[in-house]
Amino acid sequence: MKAIPVEAGLILAGVLFMLGLISVLIRRNIIFMLISVEIMLNAAGLAFIVAGARWGQPDGQVMFIFILTMAAAEVSVGLALILQLYHQLQTLDGDAANKMKG
Amino acid sequence: MELTFYIASAIAVLSTIMVITRYNMVHALIYLIISFLAIAIVLFVLGAPFIAALEVIIYAGAIVVLIIFVIMMLNLRDETVEQERSWLTKDIFIFPAILSAILLAEVIYIISLGEHTMLDQPSIDSSAVGMSLYGPYVIGVELCGILLMSGIVGAYHLGRQKKKIVHRFLEHAEQ
Amino acid sequence: MEDFLWLVPALPLAGALILIVASGKLSKSVSGFIGAGSVGLSAVISIILGFRFLEDSTIVIKQHLWSWFDVADLAPDFALHLDALSMVFIFVITFVGFLIHLYSIEFMHDDEGFTRFFAYLNLFVCSMLILVLADNLVLMYLGWEGVGLCSYLLIGFWYKEEKNGYAARKAFIITRVGDTAMAIGLFMLFQTFGTLTIQEILNQAPQALPMDSETGTIIAFLLLGGAVGKSAQLPLQTWLPDAMAGPSPVSALIHAATMVTAGVYLITRTYAIFELAPLAQQWVGIIGATTLLIAGFSALTQNDLKRVLAYSTISQIGYMFLALGVGAYSAAIFHFMIHAFFKALLFLGAGAVIMVLHHEHDMFKMGGLQKKLPVIFWTFLIGSGSLAALPFITAGFYSKDQILWLSLAGEKGNIWFFLAALTGAFVTAIYTFRMVFLTFYGEEKTHVSHPVGSLISIPLIVLGVLSLIGGFIELPHTLGHLQLFTDYMAPVVPANVLTSGIESSEWLIQLSATALCILGVGIAYFFYMKRSDIRAELKRSMIVTNRFWYSGWGFDQLYDLIFVRPYVFISTINKNDIVDAFYAGIVSVSNFFHDAFARTQNGVMRWYIMGIVVGAIFVLSIGLLFN
Repeated sequence: MKAIPVEAGLILAGVLFMLGLISVLIRRNIIFMLISVEIMLNAAGLAFIVAGARWGQPDGQVMFIFILTMAAAEVSVGLALILQLYHQLQTLDGDAANKMKG
Repeated sequence: MELTFYIASAIAVLSTIMVITRYNMVHALIYLIISFLAIAIVLFVLGAPFIAALEVIIYAGAIVVLIIFVIMMLNLRDETVEQERSWLTKDIFIFPAILSAILLAEVIYIISLGEHTMLDQPSIDSSAVGMSLYGPYVIGVELCGILLMSGIVGAYHLGRQKKKIVHRFLEHAEQ
Repeated sequence: MEDFLWLVPALPLAGALILIVASGKLSKSVSGFIGAGSVGLSAVISIILGFRFLEDSTIVIKQHLWSWFDVADLAPDFALHLDALSMVFIFVITFVGFLIHLYSIEFMHDDEGFTRFFAYLNLFVCSMLILVLADNLVLMYLGWEGVGLCSYLLIGFWYKEEKNGYAARKAFIITRVGDTAMAIGLFMLFQTFGTLTIQEILNQAPQALPMDSETGTIIAFLLLGGAVGKSAQLPLQTWLPDAMAGPSPVSALIHAATMVTAGVYLITRTYAIFELAPLAQQWVGIIGATTLLIAGFSALTQNDLKRVLAYSTISQIGYMFLALGVGAYSAAIFHFMIHAFFKALLFLGAGAVIMVLHHEHDMFKMGGLQKKLPVIFWTFLIGSGSLAALPFITAGFYSKDQILWLSLAGEKGNIWFFLAALTGAFVTAIYTFRMVFLTFYGEEKTHVSHPVGSLISIPLIVLGVLSLIGGFIELPHTLGHLQLFTDYMAPVVPANVLTSGIESSEWLIQLSATALCILGVGIAYFFYMKRSDIRAELKRSMIVTNRFWYSGWGFDQLYDLIFVRPYVFISTINKNDIVDAFYAGIVSVSNFFHDAFARTQNGVMRWYIMGIVVGAIFVLSIGLLFN
């Protein structure tokens, strides 16, 4: 019934990943950067599901669960950091935190 | 079924493109939810219903909501939109687009090198995933638990608003 | 007593070490006692050893102290070898050295570097003794370098004045040129003979080096180069007049009696090599003859008292080289011994005169000291007479006369050597008595500050006596034919061979030499005592020649043109150090890259992410390319 080629799934994951990558590179607002990272993580997880569906094993889904967990933890910690950054620098500019230059 | 897959993937790509070009944060997040929902449909078609549910619940339902909460907490006003308008110009897209295109081309090339198969396996439901999760991958589960705990503790600690302690000599400089 | 041979160089060395280590903590009298006493003890030991040689001069005393090093086939030892030749040298070095040390105790009394002076002097005496007592050429080279070092230290003793440092450096550098030639000669000797022990070389020489061989001639010329440097002969003679910047005892000991005769010792010691290289031996004579003429004429025009004596030393060593050149080794050594006595006497006397005249060096500002300084006057007169070879009464007559005779009559002598020596004797008489008349006679232009003490007078008197009677051990055929010295030296050096049929005309040579000497004294008397106006007139008319001779025949200017100017020119060009520019270039290149890479750390997060992406593309591309 299903006649979806594996490449299609993988290419979908690749395209989504690239879009997230572009967004990370061009955005200056930190929150938008975080959102872009979420897009990338989601795309990576999708690739795992496709792989698992190709072999008919639940391992891909297990991996996706792990990625999901990690993304959730990362978002919470990242948002806390963004809160601190906003509190210290009064701006959401990612370039404002450049004291480590040189 | 393939049609569902292709339509859903098209919607996902389109809404992701919308996400990355919005000036307003909340608008971008709405489009992100749409993208996630579309991905969930794709996951369902690929035979992972449990994961599709998880995608909606956690990704769209928790993570995006978390981000919205933080936006509300930061009390951002309209000037952020103006700020974003000034930062996100058209010409800024060019170089990253080139880089990503190169990367995408390489990835597609690598994908095309593999053998061509069709996704025609039966769907793997939650019981199979559960058996696998608490069978061979139980250590991963434990680690995820620890990760989440550290995430909670870290988020709590980092999110606290402490009064900045400045030495009295520097207070003068602060003003 | 033979076992005490090692004490002869060791005592001055111990004295030097004590004085160096304890400098500043010892009082002047203790330092003087240690300094002079150590050399005095060495003198006593060497005189006792000398008595054994007087009985039988064929003996050889050897003492092996320890093995120095043993590398490949070269195994020199710290071994001392005392035979008749070395005996003469150590007697002169220790005895005259002791007298000079006594003199220095009073001469250097007011100097703040008193202890340092005696330390250097003792070190010098030790090095010179090692030089003459060494049984192999490597140990001799050690002594050679040691005396060069001490000469540098002592010439520049009053280092606070810049010109003394320059003079010391000049001496060291010029003798270095000679030392390098000698070192190359030693290398070639080792290559030819496989050993550097002197006696072995002398024994093997006839087999290893055929007569007139190329190797032998080159070795002999190189050794001659070393001798020329140390003995201040042509072309390396320019350092000795400037070395007069040192204190007078230094000039007496080093630049009159001992160090400058090291070249004579070297050539006499390695006589076998020179015998097998007649061309080199002839050049020894040629160098000696030309040097004695050049120095003699230069001495005629000098104003500084010590510079006259310096040129005189160069000239007299030219006589010794001339004697070596014609194969008259014992005559050369005899003249060395007598010359040590009277030249040390003259330098010590000159030092005393300069000291009491408030360090006035110019002879033309002296005068009228005959009555004021009787001891110095009479001893100086004796020394001058010996230098000018006043007939019959002075020792110098007998020694110089022997050289004059053998330069004509010897097997390798010829008429040109004789004429050069004769002219030299004439000029010597003139400039010597010019010096005497200017310094001691006439009106007193600078006043005497204080009389001299006994520590100055006694060495002068002793040396004066020796300058008178020292010659009586060797009388020529016509005057008694006493050959004590030649017989004494017979075991060590080849005998003088005369061309046949010429002995009869010896009296003619002596007569002409005597006549010229008296004529020279007379000329000096005429020009400097009687009619000094004619002298001034003569000088004005010959001013160019006068200036030329005054500057030592222009050698300083010549060397400045040939060597110093190009070297300074190249150094100025290379002031920014072209070789170093390469390393500076490396530094600037790495600095450039550092700056460039530092700019990639600009703290902007997106920049870093882009870096990651670029890296990922790079790695993927490489993976794809190689797959």
